[in-house]
Amino acid sequence: MNLIGFENYLWLGSALFCIGLLGVLVRRNVIILLMCIELMLNASNLLLVVFAKMFGNMNGHIFVFFSMLVAAAEVSVGLALIVLIYRKFRTIDSSFLDKLKG
Amino acid sequence: MILAKILILSPIIGFLINLIGGKKLGKVSGIIGTAAVFISFICALLMYRKVVSTGAYDVPLFTWMHISTIHIGFNLWVDELSTWMMLIITGIGTLIHIYSIGYMSHDKGIGRFFAYLNLFIFSMLMLVLGGNFIMLFIGWEGVGLCSYLLIGFWFKNVDYGHAARKAFIMNRIGDLGLLLGIFLCIQTFGTINFNEINSIAAEDLALKASGQLGLFQPYIYTAITLCLFIGAMGKSAQLPLYTWLPDAMAGPTPVSALIHAATMVTAGIYLVVRNAALFELAPFTLDFILVIGMATSILGALIGLFQNDIKKVLAYSTVSQLGLMFVALGVGAYTSAMFHLTTHAFFKALLFLGAGSVIHAMSGEQNILSMGGLKNKIKLTHLTFAIGTLAIIGAPLMSGFFSKDEILEKLYNHSLIIWGFALASAAITIIYMVRVYTLTFSGKFRGTKEQEDHLHESPSSMTLPLIILAILSIFGGVLNLPHLIGGGSSQKMGLWLSKINSLKAIPAHVSHLSHSMEIMLMLIATVLVVILGSLSYFKYNKQTDAELNQPRLGFSLWGEHKFYVDELYHNLFVKPLEALADFFFYYIEHCFIQPITFGSSRIAYSVGQLLRIIQNGNIEYYLVYLSIGAVLVLSLSMFVF
Repeated sequence: MNLIGFENYLWLGSALFCIGLLGVLVRRNVIILLMCIELMLNASNLLLVVFAKMFGNMNGHIFVFFSMLVAAAEVSVGLALIVLIYRKFRTIDSSFLDKLKG
Repeated sequence: MILAKILILSPIIGFLINLIGGKKLGKVSGIIGTAAVFISFICALLMYRKVVSTGAYDVPLFTWMHISTIHIGFNLWVDELSTWMMLIITGIGTLIHIYSIGYMSHDKGIGRFFAYLNLFIFSMLMLVLGGNFIMLFIGWEGVGLCSYLLIGFWFKNVDYGHAARKAFIMNRIGDLGLLLGIFLCIQTFGTINFNEINSIAAEDLALKASGQLGLFQPYIYTAITLCLFIGAMGKSAQLPLYTWLPDAMAGPTPVSALIHAATMVTAGIYLVVRNAALFELAPFTLDFILVIGMATSILGALIGLFQNDIKKVLAYSTVSQLGLMFVALGVGAYTSAMFHLTTHAFFKALLFLGAGSVIHAMSGEQNILSMGGLKNKIKLTHLTFAIGTLAIIGAPLMSGFFSKDEILEKLYNHSLIIWGFALASAAITIIYMVRVYTLTFSGKFRGTKEQEDHLHESPSSMTLPLIILAILSIFGGVLNLPHLIGGGSSQKMGLWLSKINSLKAIPAHVSHLSHSMEIMLMLIATVLVVILGSLSYFKYNKQTDAELNQPRLGFSLWGEHKFYVDELYHNLFVKPLEALADFFFYYIEHCFIQPITFGSSRIAYSVGQLLRIIQNGNIEYYLVYLSIGAVLVLSLSMFVF
């Protein structure tokens, strides 16, 4: 099991999280944004599992199952919203979605 | 009890209805307003009957304040004097309300007008019914407020607004005196209840009459009464605070009749009579009142002689007549002053309403030089105005004759010089009133062609009050006939009023003039009226247009400019105040306060300008800030703590 050190898992999770965050910050396409958010979520899931393994605590595993379940629901709602946004505004570029700007 | 409550509440309910209803009520507001006052009048009549049969009574409504030993109750004191004032206020008030229905029918603000009138009646009733000084003060301020509101009724005219402000400020000066007087009363007597104060004063009077030292030093009474009289000066337009009353003619004419001739301005007289026992203890104040009253009476009459605005003449005439009433108070002839107050309310209300009818007929013209010859055009107004004129100049057997004669008689009894001055004032009154009458109604028409075509008699709602007031002006004298006609018991009003607490305390002056002297005085007055009246009638009747319009010179020019009193006040008080205000505005405000306040606001503004760049409404930027913040917090927690 210790073929690959815990440290590498931590680097991988952090890298995934940062990639996701960068994607959220720089991209304009709402679908890409959603994908990046998912990436961040999964990065944190991965880290949760790794930490759970590291400290021998099962709570982290349970947590990840819940979070994946919720993520599935969240994606379906998010995609539905994107479809509606596209129908309404004929675009999914987030920089044009500024109707609420004061 | 219930009567007094209805009497007080009826006008205030009318006020509220008219205030809330406003423009929606339209012409109905006049009927509501009139009905409210008429109900009060009925109550006043019933209360009069009750006072006749059972005497004065107290109506305690509730305790208002209770501060250590001073008890201030909200109670109405119904006695002979307050009943008398009530009858005048509501009676003449009703007539003037009826008149206003016709007079104000074309005005958009008719609801507001009747609301103010009802509020005025309420305040005035509070003033005369209040059983203590604080209650009186509520009414006192209330009538001042209504006067302000009604003078400035046509507030879109800047001059009218200024006139309203002037009246309010002048009254405030007097009110300060009244307030100080009230404070002094609390300080000295520990009570503000009229009856308690009067009983203390009565006790003191009795002690001093029997040669003892008395309860309080004379200077205390002098101070209190002087302060009270300053209040009366402001409200009753005496020198030097009289200048607001002529300017108050900016209001609608019914207001001039109701507030600035018949009721509110007599509040000062009422105040003095209500506390007559106090004034009797301060001989200096009485002399002061005498001098002020006499000076006001003569000055008012002189200015009235040279005015060309029909309402202005009547206003100065009011000032002059009020002065005469104060002269009567000054010699201790309290009931005579009240008698003249009553008849004056009749004929001055009549004259003002008549003037209003003339102005109505002349399409708003107020200058008597542009009138003339209205005798045959508006017959009813002419007839009633003539009766009013005869009453005010004291033509024999009219109401004014008896009331003025009674005052003159008392003055003659007091001092020959005072009598002479009062007679001079009466003589000038005859001249200017006949002048107004002649220039308005006699001769030929001097107005424009359109005005002549438009001439019409006023509607019956306006002429009916004129007729009633004319009848009262003729027969008002019956209330208090002199001893000569019918003997002592005929002075019903004098006897009736002398029952009140403050006058009961004063030992009656028994020295009556002999009958031959009385007849002499009456004859002198009659001869004066006949000679001066006919002289000035013929003088002004014959004057040509050129003579009327030629510029005035010398003394009469001074008179036309009201002896420059307004200008004097303007230079003496208004200008220094304005200079002070300018100083504060240009130096203190601009150099100190504005840099501080504007500076701080400018700093806040520029900081805001900088910060709003960050908040641009794009979610991406917010996310960037969020991540930067998260990184910062994380690194802080990792490296610092």
